[in-house]
Amino acid sequence: MSRETALQIAAAVNAGRSARVAVEAALLACEGDQLNAVIRIHRERALAAAAAVDARIAAGERMPLAGVPLAVKDNICISGLPATACSRMLAGFVAPYTATAVARLEAAGCVVVAQTNMDEFAFGSSNETSCYGPARNPADPTRVPGGSSGGSAAVVAAGYVPVSLGSDTGGSIRQPASLCGCVGLKPTYGRVSRYGLIAYGSSLDQIGPFAADADDAQAVLAVMAGVDPLDSTSAAQPYVAPDAGDALRGARIGWVEAHADGLQAEVRSALDATKARLQAAGATLVPVTLPHERFAVSAYYIIGTGEASSNLSRMDGIRFGHRAEASDLRQIYGKSRAEGFGAEAKRRIMLGTYVLSTGYYDAYYKKAQQVRRLICQDYENAFASCDAILGPVSPTTAFTLGEKLSDPLQMYLSDIFTIATNLAGVPGISMPVARDGQGLPIGMQLQGPMFSDARLLAMARALG
Amino acid sequence: MPISEQSVRHLAHLARLDLSDAEIASHAHDLDAIVGYMEQLTAIDTTGIEPVANVAGLVNVVRADTPTTLLPTADALGNAPQKSDSAFLVPKVVER
Repeated sequence: MSRETALQIAAAVNAGRSARVAVEAALLACEGDQLNAVIRIHRERALAAAAAVDARIAAGERMPLAGVPLAVKDNICISGLPATACSRMLAGFVAPYTATAVARLEAAGCVVVAQTNMDEFAFGSSNETSCYGPARNPADPTRVPGGSSGGSAAVVAAGYVPVSLGSDTGGSIRQPASLCGCVGLKPTYGRVSRYGLIAYGSSLDQIGPFAADADDAQAVLAVMAGVDPLDSTSAAQPYVAPDAGDALRGARIGWVEAHADGLQAEVRSALDATKARLQAAGATLVPVTLPHERFAVSAYYIIGTGEASSNLSRMDGIRFGHRAEASDLRQIYGKSRAEGFGAEAKRRIMLGTYVLSTGYYDAYYKKAQQVRRLICQDYENAFASCDAILGPVSPTTAFTLGEKLSDPLQMYLSDIFTIATNLAGVPGISMPVARDGQGLPIGMQLQGPMFSDARLLAMARALG
Repeated sequence: MPISEQSVRHLAHLARLDLSDAEIASHAHDLDAIVGYMEQLTAIDTTGIEPVANVAGLVNVVRADTPTTLLPTADALGNAPQKSDSAFLVPKVVER
């Protein structure tokens, strides 16, 4: 992990240390990347931004994230920089505007140093579908960092930067955080503006932070959160930072008996150990059930691919992105898309087209939306008797490169514990709690009711 | 009902993806396996359950109708593979 936390860097910079110190260290670390986690480094832009932070400090300004180096997933737009979502389809695309999340972080003093590797259009759980090749896990480079935000998890876990941004549609922040060993937060749907995020599943997507600890993740969320006129689904509800009190004493933590099934033995013992630690910290454990969670993978890959096939129809070779050589419009569409999209993107577009097509819409898409209602109701019922639900993030620790790539269904099933969160819209945080016998990180997840992000972060902090 | 290569070709047309014969065959195989797994949803009774389109329960979020320039024309055209001063260019679509 980064030698200094984001909050330590901000305190030092606000007290007069040049922002250049931490930014230069982050740039050097990114330049030495052996994990293929970093796909672009922006040295000149970062040093100019650091100088601008120093000038603001000299003028008397103070910023919550002054001089904090930040890495950003390649599906989040930053004006003037490439944004490809790690797809050949968007090779050469330069973002004409900045995502609201990044704009707010830069205004708060963050300095973007690099852009990170990811699964193509966030379609994957291993970072292996990237057109730049896979990123690797800092704990063991023969293994995947998880996905789709694999690069953003790896750069924080490897200590290149204290904080980074990812996006989470079905686990794409929490699963790589768990596999790499850092904190990752999927905020409540609507908590962070999606403006400038290349859309995958618009009813599921959220931008969120990776950090070495919950305090840093909280500091980043606090800056990003809040309504944005450029995203009509952003929530008007103000974000309130957690108070300093003990978030676990007296808290009711739910757990689901079925979650223990099929876990790697060490993940299961980490789950049991975390329950014991929560009790020792003064929390009460409450058994709860999520009866429809076992249908979440099916509902998700219907709704998510349906939305993806619709969102990706804009990649047509006309306004931006790859354009194939062809003499008529129909061929431009078909050839550009066939050449530009990788295998998993094509698979999801085909699946999404299937579930939305005439004759299948009611049987698949509408059915999945109804099951989504049942999953939402499961969470509401569970949260009537508990303040948060503890569970595993991934059934196993990091798998080896190539292990699941040939079997898409097995890859989809690796998201089994993270997907229901997005379908319900509730927040979830992955926290590193243990390592397995090979030294690979194990994360545990807390999920809470809508807009309980601050409380989840406080619980994660109390758990240490 | 297994997904035939013919229906995969129809889907590829709807999705505007010019897939090779090898890709058609492999998509037929993958879609069959994935859709087969998804059949588990048919076991759930969803009679009378209202479908969820968005979890925030938002309806018709509107803004004031005031003109602003979020993206100037030149910026909007900046990534176009083929363009004129004010338009995206495509091959002729209407024959005289």
